[in-house]
Amino acid sequence: MPYIPHTPEEVAQMLSVIGADSIDELFDEIPKELRNDGLDSIPARQSEMAIQRILSEKGLLDGTPMCFAGGGAYEHHIPAAVWEIATRGEFYSAYTPYQAEASQGTLQVIYEFQSMIASLTAMDVSNASLYDGASGLAEAVLMAIRANRKVKSKRILMPASVSPVYRQVVETIVKNQGISLELIDLDSDSGTIDREKLTAQTEAFSALVIPQPNYLGCMEEVHELTDWAHEQGALVIGLVNPTALALLEAPGNWGKAGADIAVGEGQPLGVPLASGGPYVGFMACKQKLVRQLPGRIVGRTVDLDGKPGFSLTLQAREQHIRRSKATSNICTNQGLMATAATLYMAFMGTNGLQKVAASSVANTQRLMALMEKIPSVSLPFGKQVFHEFVLALDVDADTVLERLAQEDILGGINISRNYDSVSGHKNLLLICVTETKTEADLKFFAATLGDIVKAIKEGE
Amino acid sequence: MSDIPQELKYTKSHEWVRVEDDGSLTVGITEHAQGLLGDMVFVELPDVGDEFEAEQDCAVVESVKAASDIYCPVEGAVVAVNEELEDAPEQINVNAYNEGWIFRLMPSNASDIDALMSADEYTSVVEAEEH
Repeated sequence: MPYIPHTPEEVAQMLSVIGADSIDELFDEIPKELRNDGLDSIPARQSEMAIQRILSEKGLLDGTPMCFAGGGAYEHHIPAAVWEIATRGEFYSAYTPYQAEASQGTLQVIYEFQSMIASLTAMDVSNASLYDGASGLAEAVLMAIRANRKVKSKRILMPASVSPVYRQVVETIVKNQGISLELIDLDSDSGTIDREKLTAQTEAFSALVIPQPNYLGCMEEVHELTDWAHEQGALVIGLVNPTALALLEAPGNWGKAGADIAVGEGQPLGVPLASGGPYVGFMACKQKLVRQLPGRIVGRTVDLDGKPGFSLTLQAREQHIRRSKATSNICTNQGLMATAATLYMAFMGTNGLQKVAASSVANTQRLMALMEKIPSVSLPFGKQVFHEFVLALDVDADTVLERLAQEDILGGINISRNYDSVSGHKNLLLICVTETKTEADLKFFAATLGDIVKAIKEGE
Repeated sequence: MSDIPQELKYTKSHEWVRVEDDGSLTVGITEHAQGLLGDMVFVELPDVGDEFEAEQDCAVVESVKAASDIYCPVEGAVVAVNEELEDAPEQINVNAYNEGWIFRLMPSNASDIDALMSADEYTSVVEAEEH
């Protein structure tokens, strides 16, 4: 990509049009105390060669550990063709073009993305994508409050089985809008929503969030939960893993009427882990809620000659038309990641995605069977999981993870701090297994973990 | 000059108001307003029972050109909404003063209606806009 700096002549030209003598004068009205003049911690400029060397040395520090960590970001095989095509000049942009109609190809890719997401979630409509799963959930919460005009409540029921990170992001985005998030405890036997505490809710609420699979990998009773929430006059937000949807019931089919909004993280669909981002959120809903759906929507239409074409549609929801009453300030999408996700889904197809999901489930079951045999280790929530499970240890979880890292294994996520009151276990690891692992990998991981736990117990 | 029926009351934000026999007020947008907005594609109705203050936004009409708020002419509670607009928003274009009605309001104070504009006053507002 060309980098086009402003030449000194161009800068001078622009300043003279504005009527300022210098850049400093241009920014004169910004108070001194608000300026960040000295970037002391940033070293002076370096040559390209020097920077390349620094970056490759830093890159090597990461190593290439065998990854069993999930928690919202999942390692999957990405067909080489996905990024070969996504990085072609025709597609390679981080953004939706502002004059979107100028690029029919870009619009068609987004339209295909929407169609695939709608099909995967069994929803009527999808938007053009959002920044990531967590902010997508926050948008879904805001949307549910706008859309549920029967229940005039600003309460959302948020189960503890939703990712703690997602809950924090949602809280940050909605807390200053008078919206309250009611935490619903975890049932410590099943690792799912505590149904008794849930149904004990007497105050009206706008929506219930149902994660499937939930953060702990466990399966929520989505049909009963959906019907219960609808009986209370609330909407249902399904927070789903797109890979899992290849095997599990899609949110559009939950219960008698289906979830109203489906949202989730699209990273498993062809986006590399990349230290946490950029990722891509997806969001779909029932037709009757489409005018409350945030973000861009691409529609298929015909031109004056009857030829098919694509265009942004339902733009009256958006801020360039509705101003402060727009459905959200998202007037773009995560273009490049959505393109990669579209390519991934196209290459995998229904069968391919089902194989990925089934293979991840089978590997997870194999690893759980191996782990179960290790003394001092247990599976507190059982084995009804998708591709993640919780392992309870009677030794310090951080120490175990550190020692696994020495063996080049990223052994999972220590979730003890977030779920400290659950099932009386003080050391909980969240472990993920996808299709990328072989039988040998699983045996190596289980054996290494067994040795480490034994060594710690023997005081080594 | 568009049609401005004598028997109706008007607001400066281009709503028309008809006083019904039971004292309720039927509200819509004027022929002039629908002409400016163009083809209607969606109407967001208030809910029956909603209470609004005078000049508070209470509905939205969306046309191919713009989305515009509808303002409540006087303080009151919604007693009926024109649900047919949900499937046929174009009724506002076809017949703004009859089938194109948007909602019916029971005013908190019947005398508030006196503050609304007469057809002649509204005609001057529209003429001023057109010049």
